[in-house]
Amino acid sequence: MLTVEGLRSRYGRIEVLHGLDLQVDSGEIVTVVGANGAGKTTLLKCLSGTQPVSDGKITFRGDNLGVVPAHGRLKRGLAQSPEGRQIFTNLSVEENLRLGAFLFTDTRVDQDMAEAFAMFPILKEKRNLAAGGLSGGQQQMLAIARALMGRPKCLLLDEPSMGLAPLLVAQIFEVVTSLRTRGVTVLLVEQNAFGALKIADRGYVMETGRITIEGAADELIADPRIREAYLGL
Amino acid sequence: MDALLQFIFSGMTVGAVYALVALGFTIIYNASDVVNFAQGEFVMLGGMITVFAHQAGLPLPLAAVLAILATAALGVALNKLAIEPARGAPVVSLIIITIGASILIRGATQLIFDKQLHRFPSFSGDDPIRVMGATILPQSLWVIGGAVAVFVALWLFFTRTLTGKAVLATANNRVAAQLVGINTGWVMTLSFGLSAAIGALAGVLVTPITLVSYDVGVALALKGFAAAMLGGMGNPKGALLGGLLLGLLEALTAGYLSSQYKDAVAFIVILGVLFVMPQGIFGHKSTERV
Repeated sequence: MLTVEGLRSRYGRIEVLHGLDLQVDSGEIVTVVGANGAGKTTLLKCLSGTQPVSDGKITFRGDNLGVVPAHGRLKRGLAQSPEGRQIFTNLSVEENLRLGAFLFTDTRVDQDMAEAFAMFPILKEKRNLAAGGLSGGQQQMLAIARALMGRPKCLLLDEPSMGLAPLLVAQIFEVVTSLRTRGVTVLLVEQNAFGALKIADRGYVMETGRITIEGAADELIADPRIREAYLGL
Repeated sequence: MDALLQFIFSGMTVGAVYALVALGFTIIYNASDVVNFAQGEFVMLGGMITVFAHQAGLPLPLAAVLAILATAALGVALNKLAIEPARGAPVVSLIIITIGASILIRGATQLIFDKQLHRFPSFSGDDPIRVMGATILPQSLWVIGGAVAVFVALWLFFTRTLTGKAVLATANNRVAAQLVGINTGWVMTLSFGLSAAIGALAGVLVTPITLVSYDVGVALALKGFAAAMLGGMGNPKGALLGGLLLGLLEALTAGYLSSQYKDAVAFIVILGVLFVMPQGIFGHKSTERV
């Protein structure tokens, strides 16, 4: 579904991604784990088109994404729930969700919104409040729900557990797992390596702009290098 | 009593003009956080182009439509040629670009047209309408009606249409707007075109009363900006009421104190309001948790 070959990206003169190869197949949950500053967020930004790619190729469902501007990628089925949530703070919760389905005007929008409210009942309660007033966890739920309103084939999730209480983290990961049954492929970027690997099919470990280890998620959890470096075991 | 009503009428007229300019500010500000100081020039162009198109033989309504369309096109060009290439620059730089654009437009107008004062006939004659001992010009009703109509249209646009919400979303978070599939470049183009068209409409409506020349835009932009700040920047309701309030303040000061003090009193009131309510009367504080 999503193939990345030799991806390079830079901030000014400093290259932060040094030729990444990565693949996500349809229906999978794939996670990219790694420490702060490894380039995980930059990778996702390249995929969603909000960070320029200096070299390499991104193919999504057979199309070369390099020529598609950021706002055109959701139309192809690729959604991102960005780092730091990036919700529309001045607009209401409901408006945020409606804008998530900006590309659509059919009746399914209402169904999708009802589903989003069923998935996160707290959002329904606060539907008319400004999204900026939500707590961190609620904002994270809103960001995920908004991305799902765009009917993605593949969802890029950037650090959904960041800054959240353990109970909320568990809830968010549960939702991510449930996306599999909805037919949404997931690329999950996480610092919380253990939580991410537990729900993923496969994983990549990223270090300073390179993929250093890749494999099935259960193998990675058992890998002594990873246990030591990322799982604190 | 008659005098008071008369001052209110003239204050409403002037205020409606300020409101129209302020409404023009609102759209671009909502889309980009940029205060477009060329907004006054859009008003001036609306008047000037109508004058010269009318002189060239076009019927007045057609000349007015032409002026609005031409000004809207210029607004789009301003975005494409000056704002878009500077994307990523701080908002202050973009504001300075609009100040530069306003100087350029003023200079070009002076060269292409002339430096004279112009007017064209009022839409519904010049016979004052008597109301309880005071009089109001039919053209004033056009101006006030125009401001209210534009306000209602904008309010519906921002609260009821997905496109309007997309404009607000773009202003609030450009990256997130792109992620939900909003073409933010197109939103900017739309905002500049719409703002310029509203400015030009204001120019068309007001020229029969105040006359137009190449340099009327500066004062209008300043007053419109003050009105928008008073009402709360970015809020159509604030723009309308801020404009009317400013106009009334000026007219009442001119009537009861002295016309020399009208600008001073208006600005003192604005300063006072902004000290107590920095967001303006209708601006809401933005709350954000991180």
